[in-house]
Amino acid sequence: MSAHVITMDAPVETSLLDTGAQGIIGKPLDRIDGPLKVAGKAIYAAEQDANTLHGVLVGARIGKGRVAAINEAATLATPGVIRVFTDFETFARNPQQGGEEEAPTQGVREIAYVGQPLALVVAENLEAAREGAEALVIAYEEEAGAFEREAHAAECETPPDASTPAHSSQGDLDRAMADAAVTIDVTYTTPSQSNAPMEPHATIARWDGDNLILHTANQMLASCRKQMADALGIEETNVRLIAPYVGGGFGSKLGIAPEAVAAALAARELGRPIKAVMSRPQVFEATVRRSDTRQRIRLAAGHDGRLTAIGHETLASNLDGEDFFEPAGIATHFLYAGENRSITHDLVRLNLTLSGSMRCPGEAVGMLALECAMDELAEALGMDPIALRKANEPERDPEQDIPFSSRNLIACMDRGAKEFGWDRRDPTPGGRREGEWLIGLGMAAAARSNLMQRSAARVTLRRDGAVIVETDMTDIGTGSYTILAQIAGEMLGAPIGRVQVSLGDTDLPPAAGSGGSWGANSAGSAVYAACEAIRAKLAGAMGASPGDLTLKDGEAIAGNRHVRIADLIDGDLTEEGAIRPGKTDEAFTQAAFGAHFAEVAVNAVTGETRVRRMLGVFAAGRILNEKTARSQCLGGMTFGLGAALTEELVHDIRNGKCVNHDLAEYHVPANADVPQQEVIFIEERDHAANPMLTKGIGELGISGAGAAIANAIHNACGVRVRDYPLTLDKLLPGLPPV
Amino acid sequence: MQFTINGQVHEADVDIRTSLLDLAREHLGLTGSKKGCDHGQCGACTMIVNGRRINSCLTLAVMHQDDDIVTIEGLGGPDALNPLQRAFVTHDAFQCGYCTPGQICSATAMIEEARMGWPSHVSERLDGDVILDNDEISERMSGNICRCAAYPNIVDAIREVAEAGA
Repeated sequence: MSAHVITMDAPVETSLLDTGAQGIIGKPLDRIDGPLKVAGKAIYAAEQDANTLHGVLVGARIGKGRVAAINEAATLATPGVIRVFTDFETFARNPQQGGEEEAPTQGVREIAYVGQPLALVVAENLEAAREGAEALVIAYEEEAGAFEREAHAAECETPPDASTPAHSSQGDLDRAMADAAVTIDVTYTTPSQSNAPMEPHATIARWDGDNLILHTANQMLASCRKQMADALGIEETNVRLIAPYVGGGFGSKLGIAPEAVAAALAARELGRPIKAVMSRPQVFEATVRRSDTRQRIRLAAGHDGRLTAIGHETLASNLDGEDFFEPAGIATHFLYAGENRSITHDLVRLNLTLSGSMRCPGEAVGMLALECAMDELAEALGMDPIALRKANEPERDPEQDIPFSSRNLIACMDRGAKEFGWDRRDPTPGGRREGEWLIGLGMAAAARSNLMQRSAARVTLRRDGAVIVETDMTDIGTGSYTILAQIAGEMLGAPIGRVQVSLGDTDLPPAAGSGGSWGANSAGSAVYAACEAIRAKLAGAMGASPGDLTLKDGEAIAGNRHVRIADLIDGDLTEEGAIRPGKTDEAFTQAAFGAHFAEVAVNAVTGETRVRRMLGVFAAGRILNEKTARSQCLGGMTFGLGAALTEELVHDIRNGKCVNHDLAEYHVPANADVPQQEVIFIEERDHAANPMLTKGIGELGISGAGAAIANAIHNACGVRVRDYPLTLDKLLPGLPPV
Repeated sequence: MQFTINGQVHEADVDIRTSLLDLAREHLGLTGSKKGCDHGQCGACTMIVNGRRINSCLTLAVMHQDDDIVTIEGLGGPDALNPLQRAFVTHDAFQCGYCTPGQICSATAMIEEARMGWPSHVSERLDGDVILDNDEISERMSGNICRCAAYPNIVDAIREVAEAGA
């Protein structure tokens, strides 16, 4: 079947989602997968097959060197253990990055970090596999490694360009700094962070002849299928990935991970299905971390607050052989005006867990620096932080001189200021006190580049008006099931209960997967295209033009005719649709914007910070489902809270071992850390983004959220800490006398 | 050994190292209880044993002879959700859904704890009635981590059900 392809070469004037009659698009409908999830009947990767062998990974205990020998005797003597698998050539050293089509870095004899998987112990049951793994004796030849960013900063290198250029500049930053009335030159640091999805990375591998079937916890199935085929040296058509439910990913499940490759190899050798689930410490050590960063921000402004220069230099880290760099300056390119600009990213090679994408790579930590530096500038100028940002609102992209596809930052700030009571903020730090608590308000802008990827979907309209949507898109908690049902239902005139959505299987048309906030844009547009093709067929059957066709509740209306869909088609009507990015990618700078507001209380005696209120106001094009979109924003804002206050992956400087590799010591925010946050969406349509006029929402909520908290802390107590997370020990020395 | 799970008597003969969580997930086909950490740190495995919520990953199956165990599957199926499960859906009190069965089991037992007057760290007094306001719910539910961070919605869902049953 040839697909109906929509290529975004020009803005879409009118979206069929604005002229639909079903009235379900955008509505805050409950998740259609909700009942399964709350009943414990949504089946995740490790639960797909109960009759498997169990594999437990064994990781390296040194940070750099090589395996000298593996003594399997004690392991093989463990009752229930079947085999110890080691494949020094084929095992994955670390996960692959998202969207790549080649295998992850393979080969594990050479050790690049503590926790690098070296072997898979397979046993009849989990208990035996675990005991066997503990008993495995590995001898190492240890070498000196590099475990600290600053100790090796002088050896940094410039990585290849990626989602943002590694280095870019315009004008003369140094001169502008020298000439400016007011300047800020500050350095912020952010620690390594862990994605820490609730579901550990897990794979059940099963072979059916030459065909490999993987039930695996994964965000992007179509590209991971290619990665796995390449890793094993087999054809892509012989690999099938299945992931109908994924227990969170946040970037850590974008590429295939070591347990999947090991399980596939072992299952082929033994001829039996193998389940390999990472332990929680292995998720911390052997999947993905967000890189630590050192970010120098330079701002030059006149007394009127107008920026003449912005500098954003980032130093991040990664393993040898991995090009990914944390693109902390990605939003700095377009957020504010200013003719002199320099944005750079350099990379230090360290023997630590792979650094890769963690929710909102770039802005998540970049805005922790930029938006606090803007707060510092506002204070230096004696300006209100919102007024400063308004003074630097660019009419066009300040570097590329092209228009924004849509940009409502000012509307977000104004609405937020009004709702949050920004006018009650005392600009003098430490000015408001309640008992032993110092109270402060802070704000920050949010920005997240808007992305779309190639994606395909198949939609079937049945004679009874029911609709079936099929694509290998994933729903990692994002709401894909529900919003795809809403899109198809709106366009084909089906109530939500009459739309069935099948996701997470590479036997279905390949989608973009869940990452970079592009899931809804991409998979949704593919569904849109398929529905458009079905509408064209129906219009043809009625002798009407597609624009005159109205579909509602299983009936078609055109001109003065009003018929049941069953009277128009003889059997199921199936169409494939596809979306492709096009010229609007180059013609417009596309990003979603927002504004964060936070109220904190800092304890004057202990330095403890409590977040009392958080408000996020966002403009992200059409909102497909107000309820699930709000939840995405809540999640992002809480990631921001964690980055500001609690999250720090600590590595032992002697060998790089991740010291706090569990959920008791790596502090993701718990319920009591998080107030009843509020979210407001600004009405917006983005005609250049895609035919639905939407923009990504999954990561916008984190961008700037932590900075708003940090700025509120400064407003509360006058202490400006530039080393995240802002824990009480860092605040205490600067607090006013009790 | 023998125990009751979700009202049904089960017999099992498992490795003495098998946790209650692994017994359910790997031997009884009850995969609703989730393994998030296997360390008692995340709460995804929460079950209700003899009326009290526990981390089922931190207890061995063989310690539960004759116990009365309730898992998420015992609270309500997808077509017969109980009020708390229904409230979790309407308030969107989850995203990926992996911590959700544990959250719901934990909340079920937590509401009972409050009814019995058990104080929490944020209670003003150690005796008397407990009103499950937002602060009380947040505090009492902080043993259940949600990385998707549906916390405000979890609080709303639980408060609605607690208030309705008060």
